[in-house]
Amino acid sequence: MGVELNPFVIMIAAALTSNMILSNFLGMCSFIAVSRDLKTANGLGLAVTFVLTFTTVLNHFVHYYILIPLGLEYLRFIVFIIVIAAFVQLLEMIIDRFSPALYISLGIFLPLITVNCAILGGVLFMIIREYTALQGLLFGFGSGAGWWLAIVALAAIRGRLREKDIPPQLNGTGITLIIIGIMAMAFIGFSGMVPVR
Amino acid sequence: MITMVDKKNFLQNLWKNNPVLVQILGICSVLAVTNDLTNTTIMAIGLVFVTGLSSLTVSLLRNKTPRNVRMIVQVLIIASYVVMVDTFLKAYLPEISRSLGPYVGLIITNCIIMGRAEAYAQSHNPVDSLLDGISSGIGYGLVLLMIAFVRELLGFGSLFGFRLLPESSTSWTIMIMPPSAFFVMATIIWIARTPFKKKSEGR
Repeated sequence: MGVELNPFVIMIAAALTSNMILSNFLGMCSFIAVSRDLKTANGLGLAVTFVLTFTTVLNHFVHYYILIPLGLEYLRFIVFIIVIAAFVQLLEMIIDRFSPALYISLGIFLPLITVNCAILGGVLFMIIREYTALQGLLFGFGSGAGWWLAIVALAAIRGRLREKDIPPQLNGTGITLIIIGIMAMAFIGFSGMVPVR
Repeated sequence: MITMVDKKNFLQNLWKNNPVLVQILGICSVLAVTNDLTNTTIMAIGLVFVTGLSSLTVSLLRNKTPRNVRMIVQVLIIASYVVMVDTFLKAYLPEISRSLGPYVGLIITNCIIMGRAEAYAQSHNPVDSLLDGISSGIGYGLVLLMIAFVRELLGFGSLFGFRLLPESSTSWTIMIMPPSAFFVMATIIWIARTPFKKKSEGR
């Protein structure tokens, strides 16, 4: 199904037209909780992009070379979540060993990523749409980059709103959801650019 | 078996302490299916099943789980129940299973389930935990159904696929597109918070 699609088209589509958060609602929890501050939002965006890119490819190999030959496809949710958790743990150890500075700035977000819906969502989309490994890699990267772009933009907008007079019941989550809605509408404007969803 | 305290907790989870409206947890995965009441109902039932039973299981195992691996154990318990729901849907409701796509699997990463397991089931007895999980799931499902009700009625002019509005009424195309889920949800939060204004002012 996805074989004839150009991987770069998939990447652009994943980043802009079918953005993880704005059109698939994936990764909302941390999206709302962490977008108060531009710097931390940037750190989380970077971490999500990195993990999403690599776990997508990793799970692609696990699915096609281990689960399918063994006929264990019904276990895939459990296996995928274990792969993601293990990868995040491994990444944490590697970053801690080689770049303590990066570890300190990124460290707190890494454990959060295991339960970020965007990661598992990216993997499941790749399996359902039957991407090849290369398509999966670029799809993972594009999705992550799109998520990163969206959280940084949201954090910047929220920073501007801090001083504004918002109805008290709408303050916090309510107004954030409305901002996300308007951003999602703006991203729909990209949809003419790429012919696939 | 069910004391007054349990009952109070049960009802609070439905509205006053609603996981979505007040705690803002787990709006991730399930918002995507709210443009259709049928899908939303199936999803909500699946969620209540998983939340209830995983809270029960976590609570049953709470004295046997070492503290440092409890997250992994919880995720595995939740994932097993999600596999059950997914297999059931594939076998009996294949069409709905296809239209829900990856979102059934994404129940695993729904923060509500982990949140209840961690905050409640870890420190309470199994029966209380089961009720707490079920009520959180129902409270969550209710909000989803409200969103789906508005979106399907205005977007398609129908409810559960039955056309209700006359043909002459214009469908709001925006309601079937993703942004409307955010707007409808923001409005529901706005309305829900109005009576509890003082309580939530500090947020």
